[in-house]
Amino acid sequence: MATNIDKEKRKIKSVKKMKEIMTLYYIDAKTAADNGKKVAWITSGGPVEPLIAMDIIPVYPENHGAMIGAAKMGVDLCEKAEAMGYAGDLCSYARSDISCATVNGGPIGGLPRPDLLVCGNNICGTVLKWYEIQARYFDVPLFIFDTPFCHTAFHPEMRRYVRTQIDEYIVFLESATGKKLDRDRMVEVGRLSVEGQRLWQAVLDTTINKPAPMSAFDAFFHLALIVTLRGTRQAVDYYQELLAEMNQRVRDGIGAVPRESYRLLWDNLPIWYRTKWLSDKFAAHDACLVADTYTSAWCGSLRYMDENDFLTSMAEGYTRIYLNIGVDEMARMVGEMVDKYDVDGLVMHSNRSCKPYSFGQYDIRKIVEDGKGIPSLIIEADMCDERNFSESQIEMRIEAFIEMLKQKDGQ
Amino acid sequence: MEEAIKYMAEITAAPLMYGRRIQKETGRRVVGYVCSYTPEEIIIAAGAHPLRLFGPMGELECVDTHLQSYCCSVVRGILETGLKGDADFLAGMVFPHTCDSIQRLSDLWRINVTHGFHLDLVLPVKLNTDSARKYYLDVLRRFRMELGKKLGVDIGDEALRKAYETLREIRRLLAGIYELRSANPTLLSGDDLLTIVKAAMIMDRREASDLLQRVATGLKAKIEAHKSLPESVNSSPPQEKEIKRLVLAGGICNHPRLHGMIEAAGGAVVWDDMCTGARYFQTAGPGIESDGSTAAGKGDTMAAIAERYLNREVCPAKHNGLTSRAEAIISLVREKQARGVILLHLKFCDPHAFDYPYLKNALDRENIPHLMLEIEDPLPAEGQLRTRFEAFLEMF
Repeated sequence: MATNIDKEKRKIKSVKKMKEIMTLYYIDAKTAADNGKKVAWITSGGPVEPLIAMDIIPVYPENHGAMIGAAKMGVDLCEKAEAMGYAGDLCSYARSDISCATVNGGPIGGLPRPDLLVCGNNICGTVLKWYEIQARYFDVPLFIFDTPFCHTAFHPEMRRYVRTQIDEYIVFLESATGKKLDRDRMVEVGRLSVEGQRLWQAVLDTTINKPAPMSAFDAFFHLALIVTLRGTRQAVDYYQELLAEMNQRVRDGIGAVPRESYRLLWDNLPIWYRTKWLSDKFAAHDACLVADTYTSAWCGSLRYMDENDFLTSMAEGYTRIYLNIGVDEMARMVGEMVDKYDVDGLVMHSNRSCKPYSFGQYDIRKIVEDGKGIPSLIIEADMCDERNFSESQIEMRIEAFIEMLKQKDGQ
Repeated sequence: MEEAIKYMAEITAAPLMYGRRIQKETGRRVVGYVCSYTPEEIIIAAGAHPLRLFGPMGELECVDTHLQSYCCSVVRGILETGLKGDADFLAGMVFPHTCDSIQRLSDLWRINVTHGFHLDLVLPVKLNTDSARKYYLDVLRRFRMELGKKLGVDIGDEALRKAYETLREIRRLLAGIYELRSANPTLLSGDDLLTIVKAAMIMDRREASDLLQRVATGLKAKIEAHKSLPESVNSSPPQEKEIKRLVLAGGICNHPRLHGMIEAAGGAVVWDDMCTGARYFQTAGPGIESDGSTAAGKGDTMAAIAERYLNREVCPAKHNGLTSRAEAIISLVREKQARGVILLHLKFCDPHAFDYPYLKNALDRENIPHLMLEIEDPLPAEGQLRTRFEAFLEMF
């Protein structure tokens, strides 16, 4: 009985609200055509604010990919894509989405048909190929928001190129919808976007507290709005409530795990079909994943954003996001997170589906281990394709890693 | 001609040894690079020698602690070269931005390989808009400035124009050799042709130009000799008529005997769309008049270099329209009177793997037979490959 009360106490109440918002959002998106609204498919790191300002419903195939993974429908859809000729080594989000479009499968019966596509390549080169495929399949216009990779610097010519594309993007949207962008509305959306990102950062920062009121597994869930509804009042309101709830939990001393002995940092995308398993596994060892590099990517470039000149500042903000920078810069940011969240160990998901996120992890690991003196664990898996998850091997690795933490603790 | 090819084969078999020799014998600084989007002209104009790295195949010793096994063998191999110190004679390395793996290769090289300078060419990914074209030129200009700084030289316009002309000549010669061989596939083996193209990315470019000239002359002489034979023996060698003409499309061909196997099965690659093939020399580039003007109008050499890249067929990591690659491959098939296409993919090469289903459908619509071959490292057994080629060619 006591355990049940304990469990109930630990439940995050905002979850229900989030589920309602997301359900309504998908109903809205799926009935867009009936309501005379346009639908744009956009990448997770894409510039969504002009879409919101123009009343175009943004739909995120990557969010859909995460839902497919969480619903454990990834393998089936990936296999369908492989039957279409896509190699099994390709991104499992892309494979799932590409085959899903042809069969309207998955947990919500497929995404609404896009009227236009917006591809921001700040997260990977995969999205370029993926969106080319969908542009051919749906025969709709594609806008490529090309954000040059910042290995070591963001050069003036990069800024010019990206800034020019923002104007081109608006022209593209105006011609696709046949209406003009309302500049005042754009300013408002820009402000809401920055406010939403600040709130999201504040929510994530509540885990600086000990015990952490939420874990990275909770962040994976609550992330959905900052990705899909960034720039809306709804997202701002929601994160205000979530922040209030987290602050209350901090005051009440409620932690995400019952006994928080080890604080860990997660790197890379979640393993969607095993989040609960992993969360339980770590919690059983009194370990809490208090922060991650993934969900913080949606507020990580806030320092480049200027809410008073959003369109101009978004050139830099969207270009200098976590995945569009060099490995050494990523390692530096991971190191900062280790200090900020007072982390005891690093857990890296070597994700076969995400090469730009995973290649470089071994070096980041070494830099952080050497610089911060903390141990690390690498989990070989895939975010959506369960065939690349070996439970017994991963279980063994987690046990060995916890042993290492314990030994270090005992010293 | 045979001698020239033999010499080029020796160089392609051991490019690093050649690079080391060039550096030692001429004192010229050698600059390594990883992909055909590297503007070699600028490196040559800086008085340096551009050397393309391909990466070793087979067992690698050092790379596993830096890169996962699900990275392609080319990227893993190139990093291995750096980590092992096999490229320690290089003055520096140049990394054009193409795919996600090359992008991280650049980072990992910068972090782990301490000798030599490191330069990125952060090219645009889309190439078909005015702003992207303008940005492309900006990137080249930055590269010229940064390379000059790293090498401590001023890269002058005249040196650049000369380098451009040298490479333009190489590209014209390679295209000419491809044309001759396409008309007479038995003139030269496909493996030798691959050797010649690769050698041009490794060798001293003036020497390469001379050797290519010799090959071209040799091939023409062979054709003449054949023509002068009495009527009865003329009309091309009997096997020529039966050869099944093919187009090869993909990224890098690191298999030194691939063409031999295709030829043994009764086929011949008469043209390609490969990074280690026609994409290297495709479009010689606009000519530059003595007053500095180009075919594109009054402009500088930098503009001509950019223009060539923008007009060339793309690597699928770049975007130049939704169907441009399929259209280009199909028109190659028609133009070169090929009967089928072999799509050669390197395992874990995402851009090519994503294009496959659409290319396959486009070829099917045109009734062009095709075979997709995924090359892994280690290479599949030759017998297995030969059987696949034979089965494919029997379809014709």
